[in-house]
Amino acid sequence: MASLKELRARIGSIKSTRKITSAMKMVAAAKLRRAQASAEAARPYAAAMRRMLGELAVAVQGEGGVPRLLAGTGQDKVHLLVPLTSDRGLCGGFNSNVHRLTVQTIRRLQSEGKTVRLLPVGRRAMNFFSRDYADLIVDHVTGVSGKEIPFSVASDLGEKINALVEAGEVDVCALVFNKFHNAMTQVPTSQQLVPMLMEEQGAGDVPADNVAQYEFEPDEATILAMLLPRNLQVQIYAALLETAAGENGARMTAMDNATRNAGRSIDSLTQVYNRTRQTNITNELIEIISGAQAV
Amino acid sequence: MAVLPGMEGDIAAMPEHAPMMLLLRGGVVALHEGDVVTDRFFVAGGFADITGTRCTVLADKAVPVSEISIDNATAQLEALSEIWDKTDKTDMTRLSALQDQILAVRAEIDAGVGNA
Repeated sequence: MASLKELRARIGSIKSTRKITSAMKMVAAAKLRRAQASAEAARPYAAAMRRMLGELAVAVQGEGGVPRLLAGTGQDKVHLLVPLTSDRGLCGGFNSNVHRLTVQTIRRLQSEGKTVRLLPVGRRAMNFFSRDYADLIVDHVTGVSGKEIPFSVASDLGEKINALVEAGEVDVCALVFNKFHNAMTQVPTSQQLVPMLMEEQGAGDVPADNVAQYEFEPDEATILAMLLPRNLQVQIYAALLETAAGENGARMTAMDNATRNAGRSIDSLTQVYNRTRQTNITNELIEIISGAQAV
Repeated sequence: MAVLPGMEGDIAAMPEHAPMMLLLRGGVVALHEGDVVTDRFFVAGGFADITGTRCTVLADKAVPVSEISIDNATAQLEALSEIWDKTDKTDMTRLSALQDQILAVRAEIDAGVGNA
């Protein structure tokens, strides 16, 4: 059995761990509030942009010279996956969920004979994928999950993807990220960026036959040329915000669990400690009494 | 009614307007309630989507006209002019992007001055 001194040291170390985890939980909770607000604020903008693009896409359908960002390269050979993760760990299964979904997708695509390329965002994804899939990585971005994500991160990323698509090096591009649902749940999601997938029309949307009558100023091609790269950036930015909110939510939950587990550990160790101390005292008494009786 | 600064001229979005999509230049979006202007926002370019029932403006930047800081905008204009001077004059795409930015900042200053 562990000595009293060892037990005391263990209890002490768990106590300080608990202090750290509960502080991390507080910090994550404070950051979560801000990140959640900005992620939710970005949703309507991203949705409105998707809707506009959808209407625009209908208008240019069948015309020649549709940009590759919208229609794709016409092939389905090279897939670019962009897993979005955090830079730091200690947030439960948050990053591994993205990794798992990405690996599943890679395996599925490879078994279909497709070529897969990776563009990991976040240090976690970079470390994870450079182990098994180092030869697939075309580029990577780290250091994005700060307190406030600058839009330039999303626009740089968008330009990189745009360049790859325009050069014909990539046929299909998809983001893999955690969609923020609430602090407890983040849903690993895969969102295809190129070619654009049109969402089914919701109940409140304008029926499709109205859409064809749209007028455009200056003209479809010019608007499309402006809107497409911008849309790519906005969708990436929205996903980055979702990731930031999800990361803090996941960390908060993970640290809450850790704090609770530490408390439980401390309780059971304290019980062992007390029992051991009592045993020691009893043993000493027995020794003294039997010593006295023997005289 | 909303008056939008379209790339090729101002456009008023009213109920029953024919569906329309337009590029915005830097300028002021004015919301009218009857004859009264209720809100004025400066937008630094973007897109607008008008239908018979709604008007969506997707702006790169939107500030209520009353909150425009002329000092900030002037500083920005100076910075942009400096970049303009340094830019390679044969790079047309870069130049036209810069020109749009400069025009947007000028429009912001004009809107701010008009309000003050």
